[in-house]
Amino acid sequence: MSAIPVTAVDLSVNVGGIALKNPVMVASGTFGYGPEYADLVDINRLGAIVVKGICLNPTKGNPTPRTAEVASGLLNAIGLPGPGVDGFVRTYMPFLRQYATPVIVNIWGKTIEEYAEVARRFDQVEGIAGLEVNVSCPNIKEGSALFGTDLDMFRRVVDAIRAATRLPMIPKLAPNVADITAFAKAAEASGANAISLINSFPGMAVDIKTRKPKLANITGGLTGPAIRPIAVRLVWQAAKAVSIPVIGMGGIGAVNDALEFFLVGARAVAVGTANFTNPAAAVTLVDDLRAYLAAQGMASLDGLVGTFAP
Amino acid sequence: MSMYQENAEVLEHEAIQGGYNLLIMRSPNIAPAVKPGQFVHVLVPHLGESILRRPFSVFRAEGDRLAILYKDVGRGTRTLTYLRHGETLSLVGPLGRGFPDPAPGLFPVLVAGGYGMAALHICAQRSPVKGVAFFGGRTAADILCVKEFEALGWTVIVTTEDGSLGHQGRVTDALDPWMAQGGAARKPELFVCGPSGLLKAVAARALEHRWRAWVSVDNNMGCGVGACLTCVLKVHDHEKGDWTWARACREGPVFAASDIVWEAVG
Ligand SMILES: Cc1cc2nc3c(=O)[nH]c(=O)nc-3n(C[C@H](O)[C@H](O)[C@H](O)COP(=O)(O)OP(=O)(O)OC[C@H]3O[C@@H](n4cnc5c(N)ncnc54)[C@H](O)[C@@H]3O)c2cc1C
Ligand SMILES: Cc1cc2nc3c(=O)[nH]c(=O)nc-3n(C[C@H](O)[C@H](O)[C@H](O)COP(=O)(O)O)c2cc1C
Ligand code: FES
Repeated sequence: MSAIPVTAVDLSVNVGGIALKNPVMVASGTFGYGPEYADLVDINRLGAIVVKGICLNPTKGNPTPRTAEVASGLLNAIGLPGPGVDGFVRTYMPFLRQYATPVIVNIWGKTIEEYAEVARRFDQVEGIAGLEVNVSCPNIKEGSALFGTDLDMFRRVVDAIRAATRLPMIPKLAPNVADITAFAKAAEASGANAISLINSFPGMAVDIKTRKPKLANITGGLTGPAIRPIAVRLVWQAAKAVSIPVIGMGGIGAVNDALEFFLVGARAVAVGTANFTNPAAAVTLVDDLRAYLAAQGMASLDGLVGTFAP
Repeated sequence: MSMYQENAEVLEHEAIQGGYNLLIMRSPNIAPAVKPGQFVHVLVPHLGESILRRPFSVFRAEGDRLAILYKDVGRGTRTLTYLRHGETLSLVGPLGRGFPDPAPGLFPVLVAGGYGMAALHICAQRSPVKGVAFFGGRTAADILCVKEFEALGWTVIVTTEDGSLGHQGRVTDALDPWMAQGGAARKPELFVCGPSGLLKAVAARALEHRWRAWVSVDNNMGCGVGACLTCVLKVHDHEKGDWTWARACREGPVFAASDIVWEAVG
């Protein structure tokens, strides 16, 4: 294939009814609610912005220390602090509506009813493109982790949200399950418009001098380059199992990382922990992806997605 | 508040004393924007598997030059020492809310331990009134920048725990008598940066005597820009009579001493 001009490359994709100008999002919890990075990153250049997890009411989150740097990764147990639905809408939506970039709200709840109620509330809010459902946050004590790893609970929560909103619904899968395809298929059967994966992988680290855990919460979620091979494997397995679009993430910081995910079937990708290392990571990835496709003579992502050839 | 991400070129880099190193960089976007007490988030080159930046207070910012003064305390800062003239490193900054302008009518008093002497330098430089600076350390090698502060017109009072420089004892062993012997009568306003023990001790005095005091905290950081909620500390919500989290990287690193929930500071 001969190279084409970069201007001939169309990066736009449709992910479960959400039209994205490019397939590069920023992952929930790693980009705040938008204003935090606005000086450093042109939000208009992102495919979508996925905001930090929101539940019904304001929450304080976990005690500190909340994060620990580990080899090629980050352990976090932030504990989902946040302003609640109303606080989020009031404080951040006016800001987010200024941009021509879809806003995907990451939602969570302590009960199925709370998940549904949060979804119902956002259904009424102008400027929200979709809901990503965090069933896989390992840091919540109230048993929320079960939503992501117990197939029956997972189905119930996704069904309840489906009944509560017409917005595109994107369940975000937990990586620590025996068979990811069962969860991917359950999401599709329940009417999910897309799925995203992976959330952080449960882990812990010990300070050998003090003999104490490095996180106040003891355990946390591992993210960053360390989890990329796990994520690629899970995205591959999930993408084969369903026909709804898959959003891949886990250790993506540069175009070559993202290409692995596209090749195994992801329709879009999200940059997470890499935002901390390099705030320009996501927009650089967009440019580099365009340049890569041009050099390969591909006018769109179609020639790339799922073309993994084992 | 504007912040930038830029690749800064190393102009000078030298070990000074006590494990401290002076790193001077060309940073044309960040340097002119720096306010006293702000910091830069540094991506240490060649740090392999490490993914987080490291925060350092800006020591000096003049024209397009930006300097940090850092101590080799771990893997990141050790690796930083290998950086050579002409190499570049990625900075994000200037970050955080620094020290306010000294209040007219109050007498500025700086209190510093460790890298706090560097962190207060721009504050000392830009303060229209030159007051007194208290520097404390374990030993003489820990006491930095005395000449620079004196050249700016400040009176510097040094304490070391081993007595190798200045008065023997802790910073508060010099601060307390100074306050008692007329300092307090001059309506002091304190600007404090150092280890948490020092912050706590000075803040306790400020709260007791109702001196205005600003302290710069040094919490571990992730993103440095307010997105990850790693760096939080408990502050009073005076309205609700409750506490709330504040981000050291965004609402701080400088806080009014009266805002911090000191019982929660380790
Ligand atoms: C706002 C602010 C300003 C600072 N200014 C200066 C300065 O001007 N000069 C200076 O020498 N140091 C300064 N520090 C401290 C400096 O950031 C740490 O010493 C550095 O991050 C240690 O990195 P390391 O990899 O060498 O150490 P590590 O091996 O990672 O750890 C050594 C020690 O550093 C602490 N530390 C580790 N990671 C971080 C982190 N992300 N943030 C803060 N502390 C950490 C650890 O708790 C530990 O005590 C500042 C910190 C903050 C928060
Ligand atoms: C500090 C931090 C906070 C996070 N908060 C959330 C969250 O609120 N909701 C969620 O679904 N995922 C959250 N995540 C997970 C990320 O969205 C992403 O799934 C994960 O980090 C893997 O991608 P990465 O390796 O590129 O970071 C968080 C991750 C980090 C590092
Ligand atoms: S370091 Fe991320 S919020 Fe402060």
